Amino acid sequence: MLRLLYLAQRPSRGLIKLFGEDIVTMPRKRLPGFRRRIGVVFQDFRLVPHLSAYDNVALPLRVAGVEERDLDTPVTEMLAWVGLGHRSSARPATLSGGEQQRVAIARAVIARPELLVADEPTGNVDPEMARRLLHLFDSLNKLGTTVVVATHDLHLISSIARAEMLRLDRGTLNDPTGALRHPPRRADA
Amino acid sequence: MRGGARKMGAADRRLLPEGRLAGPMPWVIAIMMLLTVLAAAAGLRLASAAGGLDAGIGNRMTIQIVQPNPDLREREVQAALGALRRVPGVIDIRRIPPDELEKMLEPWLGAGGLEADLPVPAMIDVEMTPEAFAQRGRLEAELGRASPSARIDSNAQWLAPLAKLISALKWLAAGLVLLMIVASGATVVLAARASLDMHRSTIEVLHLMGATDLQVARLFQRRIALDALFGGIVGLVGAGAILAVIGDRVGALGSDLLGSEGLGLGSWLLLVALPVGGVVLAMLVARSTILRALGRML
Repeated sequence: MLRLLYLAQRPSRGLIKLFGEDIVTMPRKRLPGFRRRIGVVFQDFRLVPHLSAYDNVALPLRVAGVEERDLDTPVTEMLAWVGLGHRSSARPATLSGGEQQRVAIARAVIARPELLVADEPTGNVDPEMARRLLHLFDSLNKLGTTVVVATHDLHLISSIARAEMLRLDRGTLNDPTGALRHPPRRADA
Repeated sequence: MRGGARKMGAADRRLLPEGRLAGPMPWVIAIMMLLTVLAAAAGLRLASAAGGLDAGIGNRMTIQIVQPNPDLREREVQAALGALRRVPGVIDIRRIPPDELEKMLEPWLGAGGLEADLPVPAMIDVEMTPEAFAQRGRLEAELGRASPSARIDSNAQWLAPLAKLISALKWLAAGLVLLMIVASGATVVLAARASLDMHRSTIEVLHLMGATDLQVARLFQRRIALDALFGGIVGLVGAGAILAVIGDRVGALGSDLLGSEGLGLGSWLLLVALPVGGVVLAMLVARSTILRALGRML
């Protein structure tokens, strides 16, 4: 489902509406524009191995056409925010799993996406960093970004009061509170 | 800035990891270019030789007055010269002087000079316009009336097999150049596909971040153009050295047919343009191959 959301795949049938448009029938040439509105944290990070942490984080901005002179401040700040300011020139192979994950998260959020899809984003970081990252997601959400997180850490997600949850149970997604249904079912109904 | 597919900057070029001149591609292109330049040079030289053959010898004929009696021979020579002057389209008439004839016969008769009683034919070289040469029946008729002992040797007649051989070799060289261009294009296609496979995971990441096919294609296009430029320059320099050595050897022969002045400036410019054309061809082929392959990805 996450791959469908970040447009790595398109379904052979059915309907997926993203930003108000049907992406199933959308022409292929329109996909890049849509993808730039989506940030993705891959479970396996998918960092470009021969690029430094700095260049990996700068990648979405460069793809979007941001001028080089406008890159340095946001990239440096983002790396500092995830605690990797001192490792900006390090290649992914020299970073620990947790550091790679933070680079991947910094890369996913740097372009202020409208939709952030994160697959196990806190799996390799310590509890303190996990809380900070979730706080970042929450802040982005308050600024208007829709954040979709796939995680096994229910306790961590529960710490975000406004988080709505779907549970994957034996291959079926369940909406225990009904809040994600359309129209939403009120919890007290 | 959203939407547009801007060109990749210097930093983006690092997205493809391997350094310039990596792999066999530049060297394969260098070999292809060396062979292409040699074939093209051979074709140009042969075309020039064929042109020279036509212009220098093709429209000429040699008339022999085969008359053992010297007085009658001289009379027929004068009559033949008179008849030739009356034929339209005759550009040049030259009676070959006795000392020149003597020199020509020296390998067979020795250096002692021609004996007075040895009946050597008189010879007249005639050059005509191509149109007049094509309709030389009138000249033959006039000559036959004026000098019954005249025999006409058309240079084009005995040069025809040589001219045909040169023409065939010229077209063979052109065919080889064409084949080398096709082979170079195929090499670029294979190299582009290999490079695409090698960097598939990076391309997927770029795609998922919203990179357009053109942005990705430009990365490969530039890399392949640099490889082609290197290969083209190496091939051209190698071929230039070989051509210089061969030109030197041919010049030493002093043959009018092969030509001793070597390739002209225009031919050299054409040969130098081949690597430039190779780079453009490589870029276009790489671009089209990559775009087609990317089009099959989501």
